Amino acid sequence: MADSQEYSIQVRDFNLWYGDFQALINVTINIKPGIVTSLIGPSGCGKTTLLRSFNRINERYGNVKTTGEIEILSKNILDEDVSVASLRQNVGMVFQRPNPLPISIYDNIAFGLRAHTPRRSLRRTEVDHLVEEALTEAGLWEAVKDNLKRKATGLTLEQQQKLCIARLLPLKPRIILMDEPCSALDAAGIERIEELISDLKQRFTIVVVTHNMAQAKRASDECIYMYLGEIVEHSPTAELFVNPKEEKTAMYIQGRYG
Amino acid sequence: MSSGKKSIRALGAKLLDGAELPIRIAITICGWSSILFVGAIFFFIFKEAAPVFPHLDWGEFFFAHRWIPIPAEGNEPSYGAMGILYGTFAITVVSMFIAMPLGLGAAVYISEFAPPRRKEWLKILIEFLAAIPSIIWGFIGLVIMGPLIQKILGVEVGINLLNASIMVALMAVPLIVSISEDALRAVPDSYREAALALGASKWEIVYKVLFPAARNGLLAASMLGVGRAVGETMAVWMASGNTDNIPENFFNPLLVLERVKALTATIAGEMPDTVHGSEHYQVLFVIGIVLLTISVIINVVSDLIIKGIRKES
Ligand SMILES: Nc1ncnc2c1ncn2[C@@H]1O[C@H](COP(=O)(O)OP(=O)(O)OP(=O)(O)O)[C@@H](O)[C@H]1O
Ligand SMILES: [Mg+2]
Repeated sequence: MADSQEYSIQVRDFNLWYGDFQALINVTINIKPGIVTSLIGPSGCGKTTLLRSFNRINERYGNVKTTGEIEILSKNILDEDVSVASLRQNVGMVFQRPNPLPISIYDNIAFGLRAHTPRRSLRRTEVDHLVEEALTEAGLWEAVKDNLKRKATGLTLEQQQKLCIARLLPLKPRIILMDEPCSALDAAGIERIEELISDLKQRFTIVVVTHNMAQAKRASDECIYMYLGEIVEHSPTAELFVNPKEEKTAMYIQGRYG
Repeated sequence: MSSGKKSIRALGAKLLDGAELPIRIAITICGWSSILFVGAIFFFIFKEAAPVFPHLDWGEFFFAHRWIPIPAEGNEPSYGAMGILYGTFAITVVSMFIAMPLGLGAAVYISEFAPPRRKEWLKILIEFLAAIPSIIWGFIGLVIMGPLIQKILGVEVGINLLNASIMVALMAVPLIVSISEDALRAVPDSYREAALALGASKWEIVYKVLFPAARNGLLAASMLGVGRAVGETMAVWMASGNTDNIPENFFNPLLVLERVKALTATIAGEMPDTVHGSEHYQVLFVIGIVLLTISVIINVVSDLIIKGIRKES
């Protein structure tokens, strides 16, 4: 019922500047819940920038200016009165290089929970339970259940990336943003992370930036093609790759496939 | 063609091998020379102090509060250095109470909160602070901090433990700041982004992510601060009151207003009045050995802590 809304992210006339350089130009898109939307485009076209606007983590650079609107869960997240902490509770992010915190596996998973709940009101058993649930969901529980106290930075890259996905889950986010989540992994790792993404997609809105068109084809339902800071095309993935509406999209796909 | 290239490369390698031996010997000598210097320092200090070893009353030296190296006519000198040991200990502890929060706080501010321009300014300022000679700190202690303490706390004398500790703290702060700041800056930015994206506040990131991640460096910083405090001479000599004194009640915070005498200041102050090779002269070298031992212990302990942390992770 909460999802009676048709779209979970609605971007309207969004512009973004790094200093004098305009990295996003008049972006208008609607992203649907319950599916995976991929963002593709040549290097430097603004994929990461757009993704990082959805949880406002771009703001840490200090030289960022924006205009326009980004509506997430029926609220313009660029409004003054928005709490970034609660925005980031609803909108989780997975980074290009797995970045578990240099603390224990357990503490990594509990980190978000602890950041959002007053210490007193968190009961140990409850946290234990949520940690197990998150790790199980990410397919990591069996591998780490006996080593929860070990540092998360000692895991393999694939496990680290699963952990980075798992640590979002206790916060019950609505949207998960992923910036080239597989680029540091080997083929087997890529396959398993893609499986995990498709397992999660019913319950979340997932937006994945990828450089790899085969991955966009395999793992996403809708696909957005960007070029030089602008949205060129947004179509169902199957359509975009077989039958691109725009000349530029066609050139990009063909260029990549020889 | 390719085999020709290969043989040339092999020849080059051989030539390098030939040159390598003298280089290796030179480097080895450089490496060992530092050990040699340390050994030589220990040797000479021990050599100067050694003649007094058999007849120094060690119990008195460590546990008696009776430092009378130049007694009144007809009396025996006594070398009970407990008050002086206390003085150095007290200055170290009090100054670290001031310097560690201050230094760590400044490092956190500079590395995490200050806008880029202010960051640069602060770093320059702190480097300048580090370059101030210790005699200047002594002056500041005497001329500025002393009267200030008198005025603010309403006491008669402003030259005391508190004054010396503040001076030492200010001298240790730049060291603590610059090493802590290096340690914080070395924490990968991806950790900050990870925590930020999970909704943590900047302050939470500091104490939940950066402090654990930079623990080694922060520890090294505080250890070096302690070393600085133990070894500081001139400013301590001038600002502490240089008076051998042990408080009656260690739990009375007002003890910071009493005058103290530090090991370093004792050596600096009394050495010129001694006759080379006299008993007093030799006992001052014993104090030198104590200082040296403290600094060795500080180094070894900090090494062990850092190694322990490394093993754990
Ligand atoms: N912090 C920043 N300051 C200034 N310019 C930036 C910053 N971050 C990105 N840019 C510029 O903005 C443009 C878009 O960058 P962005 O990282 O979003 O591209 P991308 O599509 O993710 O590229 P890639 O595929 O290489 O990851 C690029 O021209 C980049 O140089
Ligand atoms: Mg990118």
